[in-house]
Amino acid sequence: MAQLLYFGRLMDTLGRPEETLTLPTSVRDTSALREWLDRDRGLDGALLEKTIRLAVNSEIVADPHPVSDGDEIAFMPPVGGG
Amino acid sequence: MLRISDEPFDAGRELSAFETEAKGAGGIVSFTGLVRDHASSGEVRALTLQAYSPMTERGIETAMAEARERWPLMALKVIHRTGEMAPGDAIVFVATASIHRRAAFEAADFLMDYLKTEAVFWKKEATATGEHWIEPRSQDYQDRARWAKV
Repeated sequence: MAQLLYFGRLMDTLGRPEETLTLPTSVRDTSALREWLDRDRGLDGALLEKTIRLAVNSEIVADPHPVSDGDEIAFMPPVGGG
Repeated sequence: MLRISDEPFDAGRELSAFETEAKGAGGIVSFTGLVRDHASSGEVRALTLQAYSPMTERGIETAMAEARERWPLMALKVIHRTGEMAPGDAIVFVATASIHRRAAFEAADFLMDYLKTEAVFWKKEATATGEHWIEPRSQDYQDRARWAKV
């Protein structure tokens, strides 16, 4: 099981802040994960935007980065505080 | 020193504590960021900030270490709110202390530009027209680019 976290506006897009699921066997990296999840939820490309970065086990990674069950994978829209 | 918390803080009290900690400094600069009461979409009712621990803390600590490398600082403090805030509430507090003013001004400015564009937070504004997620403006990124090392 992988834990997926959705931050910022993606929490609204996905309708939840997080979920735990078993990754399909075809999903072995972050690029495949974006494409599969986007299609599965009918998001029309929202997860494919370049400004959405992914973090695997709390490290920001560049696509395609390996993912597997047991990982915590965060979907991060542009950040900014202050 | 870094603190990220859902609890409100009093910037005046934090500055006094910092002055004690930075005893012997020639200059102290502090900046307090407040929740605005107006946005382009109308009157602001609330601002909610979300962080991703420990990535948020780790990033800010790295920026604080970089500030210490670039400027001769005697003390440094960053406080950042998370959770729901009302207009007028303090969101962020940055204080820097140095022997001379320039280092303190520049280090505080550098840290604020980091916090606005790279610190791992997401902001949601609630106005009369609903809730909107806000992302940094292009001006914020331009401000941050001033500190790029050549």
